[in-house]
Amino acid sequence: MTDGYTRFVRSAPGRTIAKQLGLPRPSRLLRREDRPEPVLGPVVVLGRSAGADAITSLLLAEGVDVRRRFDELRTVGSVVAVLDEVAAPAELGEILLPLAGAMRSLAPGARVVSLSRPATGEDPARDAARGGVEGWLRSLAHEMRGGGTANGVQVADGVPLDAPSVLGALRFLLSARSAYVDGQILTVDGAEGSAPADRSRPFAERTVLVTGAARGIGAAIARTLAADGARLVLLDVPGAGTELARLANELRAVPVQLDVTSAGAGERLVAQLRERGLVLDGVVLNAGITRDKMFANMTPDRWDSVLAVNITSQITLMEALIAAGDALGPQPRVVSLASTSGIAGNAGQTNYATSKAGVMAFVAALAERLRELGGTANAVAPGFIETEMTARMPPLNRELARRVSSLRQGGLPVDVAEAIAFLASDEAGGIHGQTLRVCGQNIVGR
Amino acid sequence: MNSSPRDALILGGNRLPFARANGPYAGISNQDLLTAALDGLIARYGLQGARLGEVAGGAVLKLAGDLNLTRESALGTPLDPRTPAIDLSKACATGLEAVVHVSNRIRLGQIDSAIAAGVDSTSDAPIEVSARLRRILHRASAARSTADRLKALAAIRPADLAPVPPRNGEPRTGLSMGEHMALTAAQWGITREAQDELALASHQHLAASYDAGFHDDLVTGYRGLSRDQNLRADSTLEKLAGLKPVFGVKSPQVAEPTMTAGNSTPLTDGASAVLLGSAEFAAERGLTPLARVIDARSAAVDFVHGDEGLLMAPAYAVPELLDANGLTLQDLDVYEIHEAFAATVLATLKAWESEEFCRERLGRDGALGAIDRTKLNPLGSSLAAGHPFAATGGRIIASLAKHLHARHVETGTVQRGLVSICAAAGQGTVALIESVA
Repeated sequence: MTDGYTRFVRSAPGRTIAKQLGLPRPSRLLRREDRPEPVLGPVVVLGRSAGADAITSLLLAEGVDVRRRFDELRTVGSVVAVLDEVAAPAELGEILLPLAGAMRSLAPGARVVSLSRPATGEDPARDAARGGVEGWLRSLAHEMRGGGTANGVQVADGVPLDAPSVLGALRFLLSARSAYVDGQILTVDGAEGSAPADRSRPFAERTVLVTGAARGIGAAIARTLAADGARLVLLDVPGAGTELARLANELRAVPVQLDVTSAGAGERLVAQLRERGLVLDGVVLNAGITRDKMFANMTPDRWDSVLAVNITSQITLMEALIAAGDALGPQPRVVSLASTSGIAGNAGQTNYATSKAGVMAFVAALAERLRELGGTANAVAPGFIETEMTARMPPLNRELARRVSSLRQGGLPVDVAEAIAFLASDEAGGIHGQTLRVCGQNIVGR
Repeated sequence: MNSSPRDALILGGNRLPFARANGPYAGISNQDLLTAALDGLIARYGLQGARLGEVAGGAVLKLAGDLNLTRESALGTPLDPRTPAIDLSKACATGLEAVVHVSNRIRLGQIDSAIAAGVDSTSDAPIEVSARLRRILHRASAARSTADRLKALAAIRPADLAPVPPRNGEPRTGLSMGEHMALTAAQWGITREAQDELALASHQHLAASYDAGFHDDLVTGYRGLSRDQNLRADSTLEKLAGLKPVFGVKSPQVAEPTMTAGNSTPLTDGASAVLLGSAEFAAERGLTPLARVIDARSAAVDFVHGDEGLLMAPAYAVPELLDANGLTLQDLDVYEIHEAFAATVLATLKAWESEEFCRERLGRDGALGAIDRTKLNPLGSSLAAGHPFAATGGRIIASLAKHLHARHVETGTVQRGLVSICAAAGQGTVALIESVA
């Protein structure tokens, strides 16, 4: 899936030319199969708070090589900067500056993760320090080399640093599963959730529905969840029925041919679930289409079809699943597909961006509703991902879209799938209404 | 009822939406189509890795290289590769014969489970070389010296190089099936209006059953197609009446040609598969039996010497089947009579209503009588769905079994269904199935 330019600059002559011309040189991103170890060691935990001590103990207990200083380390795999107790901006330097001298020692695919608290409006100096973390983190992500990433976890006051979702988010961001997540800050606002019994099969005994599953990102989501032990219900339009059946055969999943925009689609899905005795622990609302056109040329069929599939179907499907009473498990996890276009906007995609911005607001509201049921709703916003859909973009736009991220390349469907798998896991029970970008820190938007 | 060692149960089916010739499935081989239909069936019933008793299937328009079409297709699916397969062929009755074949084996206890399948692609029909060119090439290939080889090849004339497309006619009469049917239609006085009405009903019934979601677990979409391409939900008698007759127009025996593209089945691409098994197999797999195969008969007529119409064999086979099972024509709850042409169905019904035909041809005391027309092809048939020859039997059996089962659950009484399929060369196969609830 590596693009032509990237292949070229990785060749010997390409490397020389790109170096002399100052062209971007994308590094090979290490994914799950390239780097199976959950944490790249040695890990340096920065910070002197009780939280920092707790994180250190937890990592040590898992057999990770953990240090509190950079002394004499020739390479550093991961850095966790624990900033939960900073009270003023002046305190940040003391904790963070030791990393400056170690930046050149970071291993390829290194991870920097900050743990901090959100500004609350209670204490101006403390808020300034807390807010400052974001600026440092996002800038550091731009400076990371060799496929390394920098991300943060923002933990609401009152939620301990060893809450399941904080540790889950930390593990996800330290792992190779977050290869294309960069420069992002994920908020944990609850202590809910639980660590899986078996880390190699976090979805064992769990049933997850994936819509739009027949191909592209949907198929990658299905494969990733299946590899993590999930039992799957795969849904797609009847026209893609045979592709869906073949994926279902491969993953031993239940195929459901259904046009999510058709009248009564939600009720028909509920009926099929009941018929097979299935209860959903997770719902991945992935079905989506693009019908790009400049707004001046926008037609009702292009506008309406995009909104119908990308957002309205999500609303009606979730309404039906919640109303059924027996379709969702005790702690349902809903993950929806947003897009960086919905955050930053994109010329030619007014319809698409409207639907995707709608998704982000929808999951925030849905999260409130599901919280009462013990569940969560979140979204993932992919940036430029190498799919059949983006392969149809004009070549120049496509090339530009790949290079304007910190990682200087497009992501793969599996990168989106990994983020979804994390948000759909038991561990992520304390994350509500968030949109996590999987964009390699694309320059557009926040 | 025939007593049988054990039941052969119809457990479900799957087919591709049927496409018009040279449409969305153009360029796709029989093997690809059949594999797709099998894949959908396997996904629906969770048969991945299953070692079934047999996969029986076939195609009418078959490439010479496809001698093991069914086996090769099954090998391309997630079924256990140790599942045996057999290729069968009996023109348009191929699919139904496959069902009869495997159900007999299940009833005899030779196998516990099977898939009966059929496929045809008129868009990928075999094109052969001329018989003369074939003989020359064989002679050249057998030649011992280069000189002999060149001598053999020198016999080729430009005319020999013209490819030979599949014959669209009966080898012994030279007439196409449509021309034959036009003669029968004229003989029985089947009117244009009656044919158009039957065609319209076929489209309306099929459209209604799609709208009701009836086909949701019978059809798996393929290549962007999710419904039969030939289906015209908005067809009207006026539109059908506007079409020009295409068969019987040059025949002196046909005073007024009545057969049009609207009341004749179009050339179609598609594939179907039916899952059958014993009660033990169904219970083991947690599958709900829909119907059991009761009995089947086949018949053939002498159309070559003009004794009977080409597609009239089912008119003879059905009474035999009914007699063998102690039933009258009116004892049936659903009649699935394959719509090769609207006139085929109408001529068959008319024959059964005819005292003369039933006395003289069938040797009975009187007519079998009329049927309740609301029970005829209630889900639409080939005029609307299209007719990929070998796939039609599977289409009918799976949808009829589901329909009978649903009616049984609704009414609490056993529902009997008749399937009647006419075939080229004056043949016909008919079968009786009965709901299980």
